[in-house]
Amino acid sequence: MHLYNLTLQHQTAINQAVHGNFSGTPKSQEIVVGRGSSIELLVCDPTTGKIKTICHHDVFGIIRSLLSFRLTGGTRDYVAVGSDSGRIVILEYSSEKNAFERVHQETFGKTGCRRIVPGHYLAGDPKGRAIMIGAVERQKLVYIMNRDAEAHLTISSPLEAHKHYTLCYAIVGIDVGFENPTFACLEYDYEDCDNDPTAVSVKKTQQTLTFYELDLGLNHVVRKYAEPLQDPGNLLIAVPGGNDGPSGVIICCEGYLVYKNLGDQPDIRCPIPRRRNDLDDPDRTLMIICSATHKTKSMFFFLVQTEQGDIFKVTLETDDDLVTEMKLKYFDTVPPANSLCILKSGFLFVAAEFGNHELYQIANLGDEEEDEFSSRTTLEEGETFFYGIRELKCLLHIDTIDSLCPLTDAVIGDVAREDAAQIYSLVGRGPRSKLKVLRNGLEVNEMAVSELPGNPNSVWTVKKNVEDRFDSFIVVSFVNATLVLTIGETVEEASDSGFLPTSPTLGCGSIGDDSLIQVYPEGIRHIKADKRVNEWKTPPRRQIVKCAMNRRQVAIAMTGGEVVYFELDLNNTLNEFTERKLFNSDVSCISFSEIAEGELNSRFLAIGTVDSSVRIISLDPNDMLMPLSTQNLPCPAESLLLIDTPNEDGKGAATIHLNIGLQNGFLFRNTVDNVTGAIMDTRTRYLGTRPVKLFKVICQGRSAVLCTSSRSWLLYYHQRRFNLTPLSYTNLEYAASFNSEQCAEGIVAIAENTLRIISADKLGVAFNIQSFKQKYTPRKAVVHPNASSIITIETDHASYTETTKTMKRNEMADDIERLANDNEEMQLAKEIADGLRTNIPDETTFGAPKASKGKWASAVSLINVQSGETMSFFEFPQDENAKCVALVQFARHPDSIMILVGCGVNESLQQFQTSTNPLKPVKGCVYTFHLSPNGDRFDFLHRTETPLPVSALHDFRGMSLVGFGKYLRMYDIGQKKLLAKCENKSYLKK
Amino acid sequence: MALPGERFHVLAQLEHLQSKYTGTGHADMNRHEWIVNQHRDTRASQMSHPGMTSFIAIVENESRARTRFNLLNRMIQPCGPPPDKNPLDDV
Repeated sequence: MHLYNLTLQHQTAINQAVHGNFSGTPKSQEIVVGRGSSIELLVCDPTTGKIKTICHHDVFGIIRSLLSFRLTGGTRDYVAVGSDSGRIVILEYSSEKNAFERVHQETFGKTGCRRIVPGHYLAGDPKGRAIMIGAVERQKLVYIMNRDAEAHLTISSPLEAHKHYTLCYAIVGIDVGFENPTFACLEYDYEDCDNDPTAVSVKKTQQTLTFYELDLGLNHVVRKYAEPLQDPGNLLIAVPGGNDGPSGVIICCEGYLVYKNLGDQPDIRCPIPRRRNDLDDPDRTLMIICSATHKTKSMFFFLVQTEQGDIFKVTLETDDDLVTEMKLKYFDTVPPANSLCILKSGFLFVAAEFGNHELYQIANLGDEEEDEFSSRTTLEEGETFFYGIRELKCLLHIDTIDSLCPLTDAVIGDVAREDAAQIYSLVGRGPRSKLKVLRNGLEVNEMAVSELPGNPNSVWTVKKNVEDRFDSFIVVSFVNATLVLTIGETVEEASDSGFLPTSPTLGCGSIGDDSLIQVYPEGIRHIKADKRVNEWKTPPRRQIVKCAMNRRQVAIAMTGGEVVYFELDLNNTLNEFTERKLFNSDVSCISFSEIAEGELNSRFLAIGTVDSSVRIISLDPNDMLMPLSTQNLPCPAESLLLIDTPNEDGKGAATIHLNIGLQNGFLFRNTVDNVTGAIMDTRTRYLGTRPVKLFKVICQGRSAVLCTSSRSWLLYYHQRRFNLTPLSYTNLEYAASFNSEQCAEGIVAIAENTLRIISADKLGVAFNIQSFKQKYTPRKAVVHPNASSIITIETDHASYTETTKTMKRNEMADDIERLANDNEEMQLAKEIADGLRTNIPDETTFGAPKASKGKWASAVSLINVQSGETMSFFEFPQDENAKCVALVQFARHPDSIMILVGCGVNESLQQFQTSTNPLKPVKGCVYTFHLSPNGDRFDFLHRTETPLPVSALHDFRGMSLVGFGKYLRMYDIGQKKLLAKCENKSYLKK
Repeated sequence: MALPGERFHVLAQLEHLQSKYTGTGHADMNRHEWIVNQHRDTRASQMSHPGMTSFIAIVENESRARTRFNLLNRMIQPCGPPPDKNPLDDV
């Protein structure tokens, strides 16, 4: 255990993602993601397309950068980690241990995210010979990577490439083939600006593209040359070189993509296209936020993503290794990302900056009919191309990883009235934001539900033959009958199974190679493959109450506490053991231990009796049916299950765990010594109000336990630890593992009068998440005191309200119509204008248009937490931003609750920078809404102006307290507005 | 008794520190120099902590990449141009 504390839900944001072959399995590709304080290995299954976390490791620090690199001629990738530790760390993923192993850890500076301590930028030579680690300012270090005689990775001492007074915007390793490794940096030298009081140099100084060359012969780094740039850039993309391409870099600048190479080649400059008829503020520049490179032996291309989420495919045309043209093509729109990874299997992983992370399959690489924008087209400075947005065409959505980032507010409580509390979290930004309801529990995938003629008691699955991969029958037992269903394409009733249909079943299974066994109260029925039946009958007036069985052994408990043991002999017949074991009290449950590897029979039999004890009985031929150990319990056991847990390395004897479900709702977990049978190391856990029943199921190829009580729980082994998690599903009564062609690790269960086939796929996830849409970034939530509803305020800076958007759209459409000259043009203009008015792009996919700074859009909504329906919605006028919300019960209206929303009016984020516009004074206001008694709607009452933006609201002795600026005012409710009653003046003296 | 020359030694040490750690103060530091360093440290810290960058990005409703770019640009001259040099400084 490496934890100092136990985190309920670890970070879900992904700040960095790199891909490569980390496991060493040929041709596979994995993704390593940095989640802030932890590092994770994700694997995308190419057949199902599901993305899974294989390994999660807490680093107890902050991961700032990740780099995957491979030594020349190597087959697996290493991960270099830049963090706040003042060290460079090289990790290797070990698939045997399922953990990241530290290969190197070199200290170079102080800890912490500091201005001049490297760690923020990481870049590698594409041939894996050197790594550059850079700081925000001044420091850059180069490490040479090599391998020793045993082919282990070696790291050199650091080589300095520092430069005073220099800010670094980006670093990338240039592909120069096998020449000296070269790194390109975007730098800004502020030394002149710091010494020039006239502020001329600030305007004059340009960002530079600086090349650093590592001379492998002399073992030092040279600052080769620096080239001033016309437009400041924010991102660098390395272009494949050597035999694969022309080498060089693409600089992503504001509004332009510029290709540059080391020699004196002319720059290739291509403007970034804009969306056609976009409502965005026209003064906004376009910016590339992230990129991904895809390279095969014959071609390469880049995917670059703009701030709006639109991806462009960038290709370079070359003439004899000289780049002549850059081409851009609109690809698709996905959520804005922190990192993009193109996998060789044809998937695109999008680590979204906010909201859920997505996995797409690349269906095609851009259609021919799409417009292509070329750097050769001559355009005036500042002009650009236009393109139309559309639904996904090149990508196919495959899977989602839930993310709770950014979490702006959360409410914990049982608002939905479900016994256990839910977490209501406000997640996301802008039109992609959500109200997410988190319930502690494993998400269950429901595959089939079918109604049965009555309420069944129990269910099993049976294999016909030991060789079968899949289960053959589902056996359902009722009070006075047994139903057998065959599993195939469909599930149908079987008539020739040989089971006795007219009696309830206590247990059934397959025995030997190809026989079946059914235990019913009056006896045991041994059904051979050729349908011959051997029966063993109970003595008169005695009934079987409990039974246990495996492939070779059967144990039954009869009324009166008598236990009979049978074993299969070499002739495939069931033989009763000469002695019977008699207990003082009735047996309540019985279970065999799993058969250890290399053995024929199970070694222990666990028996729970109604006198509140559990005994382990030996099944060794030498001391057959001898009691080995006893555990006394606070109340009788309802159910028992012995489970083997293989050792971590898969070697040696497995550990045996005895799980005991008690009648009072507790689960006891013990370890059983696999030689002496001693019961040790008891752990208890309360599961629910009803007696706990235990069932063995399979999860990720290992035995797991499904526990049913008033809630169902799954006890499974995941990432080297046991998890006991409730299922987010209807209450189950009886269950069995289910394995068919369609469902490998399923569970068949009964709940009331239904038979259900379910599976739990998202193992390791603590919460089951339900999301409801929000319009703007949610800021705060309050809960209705007695209805199942929640009130949220949503605010976005630099946004238009729906009214403004419609107005702008109409203005734009009118402009188009007005510009038309003749009849034909008029026709065309009208069509375009109508399209503009009616075809409104879906903001959850394409993002909301960005307004200029100081524009606000805001709303308040009432959501039913059970259905997720927005029952009331009120949008505030443009430039009013909701900042706080409170439910207030005024003394004047004791029987009704008011929602008060405090807003700012014409507020600016940088108040000291903007000149105050006399037409738009900064003020505040409080909106009052009347909340209906049953909590299903609210109605606008009135708006009260305040001299400053309202930042706090609270219910106070039948009135409301309102805080704005340095004032605290008490308001009472009035007919037309809130009435100020008193004000705290003590702050005013200063 | 302080050894002769130790005063110079301290001075040399200080100089070494100043060259090693950007932002280390000195006796003749003026208000502008100090506040500029504070600002640069703050901006660098904000862009280096992923959560902080996200926070600012949410508030300003900008992408994280642009927030980071803006923060870097604000490190260039965070508090306007330096004040005119006092002619007495060089005497």
